[in-house]
Amino acid sequence: MVLSMIDLTTLEGMDTAGKVRQLCYKARHLHDAVPGLPTVAAVCVYPNFVELAKSEVKDTGIKVASVATAFPSGNSSLPIKLEDVRMAVDDGADEIDMVISRGRFHRGDLQYVFDEISAVKEACRHARLKVILETGELGTFDKVRKASDIAIAAGADFIKTSTGKIKPAATMPVTLVMLEAIRDHYVKTGQMVGMKPAGGISSAKLALHYLVMVKETLGVAWLSNHWFRFGASSLANDVLMQIVKQETGIYQSSDYFSID
Amino acid sequence: MPTDSANNDHDPDDSLRLPILKTYKLYIDGKFPRTESGRYYVPEVDGDALGNICQASRKDVKNAVVAARKAQSGWANRTAYNRGQILYRIGEMLEGRREQFTAELLRQGLPATQATHEVNQSIDRLIYYAGWCDKYQQVFSCVNPVASSHFNFSLLEPTGVVFVVASQTSPLLGLVAMLAPVIAGGNTCILLAAESKPLSAMTFAEVLQTSDVPDGVVNLLTGNPAELGQHFASHKDINAIAYDGADNEYLKTIQENAISNLKRVQNYQFDWTSDTCGNPYLIKDFCEVKTTWHPIEKISASGSGY
Repeated sequence: MVLSMIDLTTLEGMDTAGKVRQLCYKARHLHDAVPGLPTVAAVCVYPNFVELAKSEVKDTGIKVASVATAFPSGNSSLPIKLEDVRMAVDDGADEIDMVISRGRFHRGDLQYVFDEISAVKEACRHARLKVILETGELGTFDKVRKASDIAIAAGADFIKTSTGKIKPAATMPVTLVMLEAIRDHYVKTGQMVGMKPAGGISSAKLALHYLVMVKETLGVAWLSNHWFRFGASSLANDVLMQIVKQETGIYQSSDYFSID
Repeated sequence: MPTDSANNDHDPDDSLRLPILKTYKLYIDGKFPRTESGRYYVPEVDGDALGNICQASRKDVKNAVVAARKAQSGWANRTAYNRGQILYRIGEMLEGRREQFTAELLRQGLPATQATHEVNQSIDRLIYYAGWCDKYQQVFSCVNPVASSHFNFSLLEPTGVVFVVASQTSPLLGLVAMLAPVIAGGNTCILLAAESKPLSAMTFAEVLQTSDVPDGVVNLLTGNPAELGQHFASHKDINAIAYDGADNEYLKTIQENAISNLKRVQNYQFDWTSDTCGNPYLIKDFCEVKTTWHPIEKISASGSGY
């Protein structure tokens, strides 16, 4: 289940077409030595690699997610951010991961943050929108909750903790606050919103902790990759190693698993 | 609250005092955890219980391997000179605690002469391998003659993570004599101490922890070799195994389980007190030869390459 919830991610300044191709290959073939493994939910790349990623995962059911809106800082003008989103969607992105304007948020300009998310949501058209709060820059749980509420009210399909560029990234307490925002919204309106913790979740054990928390807070309906994702690059290998260990009874070494 | 009846000038009679027994724990990643299994055993010498000793489980082995793996590249990338300094430092720290180690060896049933000898030789062996750290590479590496314009050379690289089943009869020297060459070559290791004489090993861990040895480079476990054999031998993240002992059945178990990732398995049946048992070939036993072909012009007047 964890494997099928992963957004396999490469978001480096040094990304190349080759790196993205390799990532997509990994997304399709997690570990061929074990038959019957699922694929990951999506690959997550920068907008300029969307077209390539889309062609690499064609006919596999794997979605292509693209970060946009001047990721990771979000410091740019709204027209440019919207253009960023449109470009990614036009190139075939199924999902858009946007960042909120944390500067504006801290200044108290909550209306701007709301309007921006709404505008991006509109630009996404059919693509699902994930809103990155970058909780590591928000400071307090109260602010995380407020940002979650704003994002949900503005039409987010998913709320996501972090870009992965800032430490601390996803933590369990922060994720719980966001899950509760989702729960309260669901209780009030009956609408489901997805959750994506990202950054720093690199072991199968920790992933399991998160899943338990999701189930306890939101219920089993959220335990599918339509409503829950892990943003991670190294989590997949650890889960694979645990699966192989479970099957063979022998502790595994990273030497025998693909690097990306 | 001080009371009038307290007489601080007078030491209480030693015979009235209850001795505080030390708890010996495992040494993993620079820390001293108890075994995660919660199992203990009590080895005895002539009816005298040595203490509650952790009986390491498969999971403890796994945790130690994770620590050793994490530490390996950092340790291998230390300069040879620095590794030598650290080995020398272990020797220095051991020297300062000679009496404690001698007493502990006596408690574990060694005769007095052998106890002193073990401690002295352990220190000497550490100093000996400290010296080899920045020398074995020059002795074992070579430039190879090849029939093309290449500079072709072979040098040693550490094998990686080494699991050592230490001597059952020589609780300190047997441990040190295996540990020193393994880490001198840039490996990290997990050592399984003598099951019936585990005290020296765990006290030695205290020496290691105060000797600039980075966390995870040496990990020490106590427990039953027979129980753990299959687990460490099959663990895919262990690259080599050293077994000090003469049980051929046990060796066979190790070898069979080591096949899955082609671990290097070395068996030693040495009398470690012999001077010839300290030698650089033990470093080489836990190294891999890497050969590099470096393209060159033919530059010498005689027409040869290098």
